[in-house]
Amino acid sequence: MKELVVISGKGGTGKTSITASFAALAGNCVIADCDVDAADLHLVLNPEIISREDFSGGKRAEIKTDICSNCSRCMELCRFGAVRWDTEKRTLYIDPIACEGCGVCAWFCPKKAIKLFPAVNGECYVSNTRFGPMSHAKLGIAEENSGKLVSVVRKKARELSEEHKKEFLIVDGSPGIGCPVIASIGGADFVLIVTEPTLSGMHDLGRVAELIRHFKIPGAVCVNKWDLNPGLAAEIENGAEAKGLKNAGRVRYDRAVTDAQIRRQTVVEYQETGSAEDIRALWEKTKKYLMI
Amino acid sequence: MKIAVASGKGGTGKTTVAVNLALAASARGMDTVYMDCDVEEPNGALFLKPEIDEEIQVQVSVPSIEQAKCTGCRQCSKICQFNAIINMGGKVLLFPELCHGCAGCWLVCPTGALSETKRVTGKLESGRAGKIKFIQGLLNVGEAMSPPVIRELKKHAPESDMLILDSPPGTSCPVIECVRDSDYVLLVTEPTPFGLNDLKLAVETVKALKLPFGVVINRADAGDKQTVQYCHSSGIEILSEIPDDRRVAEAYSRGETAFEAVPEYRNTFYGLLEKIEVFSERHTNYGRSAAK
Repeated sequence: MKELVVISGKGGTGKTSITASFAALAGNCVIADCDVDAADLHLVLNPEIISREDFSGGKRAEIKTDICSNCSRCMELCRFGAVRWDTEKRTLYIDPIACEGCGVCAWFCPKKAIKLFPAVNGECYVSNTRFGPMSHAKLGIAEENSGKLVSVVRKKARELSEEHKKEFLIVDGSPGIGCPVIASIGGADFVLIVTEPTLSGMHDLGRVAELIRHFKIPGAVCVNKWDLNPGLAAEIENGAEAKGLKNAGRVRYDRAVTDAQIRRQTVVEYQETGSAEDIRALWEKTKKYLMI
Repeated sequence: MKIAVASGKGGTGKTTVAVNLALAASARGMDTVYMDCDVEEPNGALFLKPEIDEEIQVQVSVPSIEQAKCTGCRQCSKICQFNAIINMGGKVLLFPELCHGCAGCWLVCPTGALSETKRVTGKLESGRAGKIKFIQGLLNVGEAMSPPVIRELKKHAPESDMLILDSPPGTSCPVIECVRDSDYVLLVTEPTPFGLNDLKLAVETVKALKLPFGVVINRADAGDKQTVQYCHSSGIEILSEIPDDRRVAEAYSRGETAFEAVPEYRNTFYGLLEKIEVFSERHTNYGRSAAK
């Protein structure tokens, strides 16, 4: 099994549309949506959920007000400002959004009035799609631990690949360079970075390219909507090698990408020509790199 | 007034709105700060082209170990909820990149073998772009946790009439860290199925944080009518609809703002600013009457 992770640095460059088309073109694959805090792949792949599980990535503290003596030791110790004073009830309480679940308050509470319990941060799913099994998740609203949830989604996806003897695992990553991205790419066979010919796209590509080099993962770049600024597109492609990246191809700007999304289809299902042709060529080249 | 510009989905035009809003506020004589909280991939500087005159390192607290003083009691690895410290073969091993800086390990260490030290994970840069005060955070590549950089950035906010925070995409911890204490959140979306799905998540997030918010639909004529319908049926105010304009997209690709490159858009952003001011007045009046 070969694992391909599609990331972008900058958001909104077309990562998910390209990933969905790759799933359609690969055919014999497992799909994972690791953009867990703004997951969109399911909108096009229409997964039929066959199992779901609660995800608990961390813990959360709660003060038993009947035991608490209001000594406020917890408030002094908390580095995250999560312990607050309720002026009406005249009790200490913990703001669940600010709490990082470190348990320092519970450990040092002289009255043992603080309990640490596993927080449910989201839900993970295993589903069937028209292109193969899919592992995905939903991070709870205003929840943390997205990096851990990504690891759970990928682990499940790898198990599915083994179980179903699939040739490819195709992963939709998240934007940025922080914890969910790091959790998405660690140990992957190949990374495809989808960018756009804008100064922002180029700037963000630079940082994400540095990230994959830091983790020593081979990768390639794809300039999506290249014809919006052909000069910059060429500049990005010419600069790829210096960043340790291969060029996987370019995809033209095409309104059909949005039209396909509105019809809940992948671009390559929606049409044969235009951007779909470019994406086919992109997949062939990416596949070649992935198989090396 | 503190306005956070957020989005859920990446690439919908957060930076475009934040930067142009800052230019509009500044042109109207307000003392304006633009703060780039997208510390993983900050892009505001590409458009505002500030002169940076100050750089501050962002440090987080982590433990350091004096092995000779360690008795192997394992209290440190027991309190750590983040697997950032383990005991192996009578030695303490530290994984600083997993550390949340909760202080638990050095507080619990009975012999003083562990103590607090600092680690640099990013930096802040501040300066001026014309009359606009500019400040941004930058997470070092390879670092997983952006919230500490955002927290530090917000502590360094200069005094102003108008503070505009350009948020990271998504709905998890970095976004919450950015928007949590703002007076108003602008949610920028695009009228596509992906945009709408992520808008709904962002709406739930700002509602969980009990923050007032409104929506800006970017590239308003490029998708379908579902987003407008959702806002109407949920009673969400649409503050502005920005058309899909190739001139704006091309200016963006070159790192130019709509405000300067396509002057007819100035009124769009003045209009948006006025709507937020109206909200602010209404809110203050409400506050006053409630105080009576």
